[in-house]
Amino acid sequence: MAYLAPTTLDAALQALGEDSWLVVAGGTDVLPAHVGRSLPERVLDISGIDELRGVEVGSDIVRIGALTTWSEIRSHPGLPEALRGLQVAAGTIGARQVQNAGTVGGNLCNASPAADGVPPLLTLDASVELASVQGKRRLSLSDFLLGPRQTALQPGELLTAVEIPVPPADGVAGFSKLGSRAHLVISIVSVASLVRLSPAGTVEDIRLAVASCAPTGKRLSKLERDLRGEELSESLVDQIGPQDLVELSPIDDIRGSAEYRREACVVMVRRLLMEACRR
Amino acid sequence: MKLDLTVNGTQVSVETEPTRRLSDVLREDLGLSGTKIGCEAGDCGSCTVLVDGEPANACTTLAGSVQRRTVVTIEGLLDTPEFEALEDTFLDEGAAQCGFCIPGILVSAVKVLRESPEPTEDDILTGLAGNLCRCTGYRKIVQAVKRAGRRDLGGAESPPPGKAVGARVRRVDGIERVRGQARYGDDVAPKECLGIAVVRSPHPFAGFRIGDIGRFLEEHPGVVDVCTARDVPGRNEFGVLPGFEDQPVFAESEARYRGEAVAMIVGAPDVLEQAVAEFPISWEPKPPVLDVDDARRPGAPELHRGRDGNILVEGRVEKGDVAAALESAHVVVEGDFETQFVEHAYIEPEAGYAYRVGDRLVVHVTTQTPYMDRDGIAAILGIEPESVRVVPTAVGGGFGGKLDLSIQPFLALAAWRTGQPVRIRYTRPESMETTTKRHPARIHVRLGVSETGRLLGMDFRGDFNTGAYASWGPTVANRVPIHAGGPYRYDAYRALTAAVHTNGPPAGAFRGFGVPQAAIAQECMLDVAADALGIDPLEFRLQNALTPGDATVTGQVLEGGLGYRDCLEALKPYWEEALEEAAAFNASNDRLRRGVGVAGAWYGCGNTSLPNPSTMKVGLRASGEVVLFQGAMDIGQGSSTVLSQICADALGVPLDAIRCESADTDQTPDAGKTSASRQTFISGNATYLAATQLRRKLLAVAGASEDAALEIRDGQLVVHDRGKTSTVDLAGLAADSDGFVAVEQATYDPPTSPLDELGQGNPYAVYGYGAQLAELVVDLELGTVELIRITAAHDVGRAVNPSLVEGQIQGGIAQGIGLALMEEYVPGRSANLHDYLIPTIGDVPEIRTILVESHDPEGPYGAKGVGEHSLIPTAPAILNAIRHATGVRVHRVPVIPSALRELLRAGGVAVGSGI
Repeated sequence: MAYLAPTTLDAALQALGEDSWLVVAGGTDVLPAHVGRSLPERVLDISGIDELRGVEVGSDIVRIGALTTWSEIRSHPGLPEALRGLQVAAGTIGARQVQNAGTVGGNLCNASPAADGVPPLLTLDASVELASVQGKRRLSLSDFLLGPRQTALQPGELLTAVEIPVPPADGVAGFSKLGSRAHLVISIVSVASLVRLSPAGTVEDIRLAVASCAPTGKRLSKLERDLRGEELSESLVDQIGPQDLVELSPIDDIRGSAEYRREACVVMVRRLLMEACRR
Repeated sequence: MKLDLTVNGTQVSVETEPTRRLSDVLREDLGLSGTKIGCEAGDCGSCTVLVDGEPANACTTLAGSVQRRTVVTIEGLLDTPEFEALEDTFLDEGAAQCGFCIPGILVSAVKVLRESPEPTEDDILTGLAGNLCRCTGYRKIVQAVKRAGRRDLGGAESPPPGKAVGARVRRVDGIERVRGQARYGDDVAPKECLGIAVVRSPHPFAGFRIGDIGRFLEEHPGVVDVCTARDVPGRNEFGVLPGFEDQPVFAESEARYRGEAVAMIVGAPDVLEQAVAEFPISWEPKPPVLDVDDARRPGAPELHRGRDGNILVEGRVEKGDVAAALESAHVVVEGDFETQFVEHAYIEPEAGYAYRVGDRLVVHVTTQTPYMDRDGIAAILGIEPESVRVVPTAVGGGFGGKLDLSIQPFLALAAWRTGQPVRIRYTRPESMETTTKRHPARIHVRLGVSETGRLLGMDFRGDFNTGAYASWGPTVANRVPIHAGGPYRYDAYRALTAAVHTNGPPAGAFRGFGVPQAAIAQECMLDVAADALGIDPLEFRLQNALTPGDATVTGQVLEGGLGYRDCLEALKPYWEEALEEAAAFNASNDRLRRGVGVAGAWYGCGNTSLPNPSTMKVGLRASGEVVLFQGAMDIGQGSSTVLSQICADALGVPLDAIRCESADTDQTPDAGKTSASRQTFISGNATYLAATQLRRKLLAVAGASEDAALEIRDGQLVVHDRGKTSTVDLAGLAADSDGFVAVEQATYDPPTSPLDELGQGNPYAVYGYGAQLAELVVDLELGTVELIRITAAHDVGRAVNPSLVEGQIQGGIAQGIGLALMEEYVPGRSANLHDYLIPTIGDVPEIRTILVESHDPEGPYGAKGVGEHSLIPTAPAILNAIRHATGVRVHRVPVIPSALRELLRAGGVAVGSGI
């Protein structure tokens, strides 16, 4: 049994460059996947690498260290308004115990189709920073997430940060999650929105993203294109239908039918847009 | 590695594998067993600790990751002002039942109070959202945290002698449960025990061949023993009902459900995981029988020889000519209903430990039924029952799921064969896959009503999927036909049931034994009938409710203790108010619709027409100590407290004079099982009789009359009789070998009679009743249901302890909410607590609890059971409210949002935006 708990990124990358490891951050996904089983032979516990923790709010970029917990995001007092959806999402991931331990980087690397952190990050055009002994590279989040439990992370690489280009301040961000119970629930559908309206009420910028309706979280690019430049009104919003969600490929499972997911997604998108309209 | 950390304020150093779970290190290496393990997946919060001041699940925290950090467990919070306040309010409210989840909840609650000294309801719901509780329904927990915030403390006052019954006294075992000091199934084993791993079928139906075990043993030096069907010294079959012992400890050549045991490996705990993976076995999967239709299809595999059509048992109750009654009815309504497997989801998984002493075996185990365990184990080992001693641990919830043998045979065989102490705790998936479930039901109901709204006839047919083995299937098949009409008068009635085998998990006992499923069908059809006649649903129920002097569908004439009408009457003002509020809400909303639903229930306490005795023993020591030997398992419902209250009043001494000796088959007489809402009624009567006999005996010693007042103080019996006071020095009386100067034992067995072939007779001596109102809002576009409030009125005869009774009602409601809205166990798919959902603290709305006291003539001080009729009305009340809100009839539970939306799409009230 090999266990390594480096305190610097360099040491972690060194180890990853030499061998393959199961990387553990907050443990909230890894340990539930090993109920009644021991962890594999080689565990790289990165939870002690302080340089990967914390949020830096720059003028152009918000940089979220991979080990930043959902609680830190949820209760961060100085994030731009556009990250409000991400903050709301952070408060719906598990409950306090999970939010205190679970990290942004872990959520993305776990690549669950139902990851609630993903839709808001997609609306923010987030990218991920991947580091290895060879250096760093950046990938857009949508290029990073390849499928259920599949990412573009290469052997030897570690996700070190999420970077968000700060959108103009007048965008309204929202997040909505649908589950079969109030808390501690895997989403049936979750939707994030980021909308900027002109003073006249036309859509200047709109970004919508959904989880639990495709192998990964997805942006609703067609709908965004169709709505851009339109005057956002209840009658327009009510015309949105399942036919607009061409990016989605939901499945039937114990949490809901594919048809229901499409339909609920439409309703949730409409409601988020109306909320943006009112604010 | 060497792990250095601060635990509860003290620097500690532990040598451990860093990839272990922090929960294991705390419990096993540091002895901090207040941190409980319920799921090992971060789903239940029982292992909540503070890491650097923040709540975290210790089960998903790597030991290595807390190097040089600070961990605080429940034990480290006991002296904090927040905990002290919470301890008081939790005890005062009765917010802890089984107590297994409570240490985790209190760690979270301390954090809530530290962040918000006077927390709002929202603060509390958010702060405790990560902690599941299966017993309480959460409302008393919310209230206790609120009260702790405003330092509204209770103070534990003891009622005066003779006034314990009816008082809201604190649980006699409350402090240890709140402090995390109660010892549950996994808290009792010594450090050095062998572990047990069970080899199980990965298929629902499969033949198998076991390979060379000799070679396996050679290749696995840490393995001490392997046990298969051929190694069982006694009978390799067990069951809970005489004549239905059909479940093998280890399958012999064919596994009949996914997770069935085929072999057991005993050895050093660290070799078992690999040993199980390498166990020599080959499987031949067969097409499984998945549901009742499959099982009854001609040519379906016969799962048990001699059970034609895979039918285990059929039940019947028939009164009058139902066909003629329906023929003559003004309106006949009918419907088909379907329910799914439901998991008990007690937060404590099965756990225990066992050791052999010469020719005897001692088993410490979490159980609802120590004597049945004892006898079952003895039969498997082929030894006398008296050679087995079962010492139940504290039980972290049961709800019927700990009535069957689960880990007991493995513990017993392993300890017996190896001679070494052995220990086992099921993982959550193992617990869910292998133990019993609520029966999935397929029900067809026809109901005929006269023009004026009189119930003329009901024709009920229910098939219950009883899974692979008998378990309590016969009980369900026999109990349901008696109850399927609900607490109403019928001119004619026919209820036919069948328990049908499939390759599902054994379906057994679960709070209500099939009656909750039947009530969904029956109470929903009552609303449809009321609607067809244009009668108010509550009035309709009142009009047909059983009243004293009425005969039930089994011909039993009920006289006293029949408070069903009173329950309905108690709901009436709330019903009218709720209807008005719903109408006002709906006038100004189109995407959200509010609805109100009502449903009723009854429940016969104790076994159905079968002997069901309980025996209690009370003794007085020379020191003046009164000891109640009570073998009734307190699985959280509070029987230890209730029986102590009854004992105190019957004897005429203060409650705190009673010491309760808990169940131990070597010490306490057989009180029967904790099931069927029987302990307050049956064991309560046995306690009353034993304590009354003791009182008489003591009065006789003092030469006093029967009305004398009695005191025991300073080793003296003091008797006040007709103005005279006399004393007897207890030390002067002869003591028996156990040190008792007086001891009495009494047995109570309820008067019932057998049912004839048409199900006619007196199956129960006492019935409990209840009715509930559900108020909710349906989101028409999303199909989600938001509960606003439940108002529950239950006839409990006499509330021996109103706080505990409310706790039972609220906990039953929470399980009813789960049954209606979210709980569905899918074998092979949802054997964990994130795919199988039970209500969280945010899913249980405000509950108004109304206690109706009909003073049952047969019950102790008029009391009767409440455990089960608390749950039965909830689901149908919710479904009736959904129908009231939307016009949609729900015929399948759980009605998750996806399912409700599908029904709404097919036909409900018009939706504004109309997708």
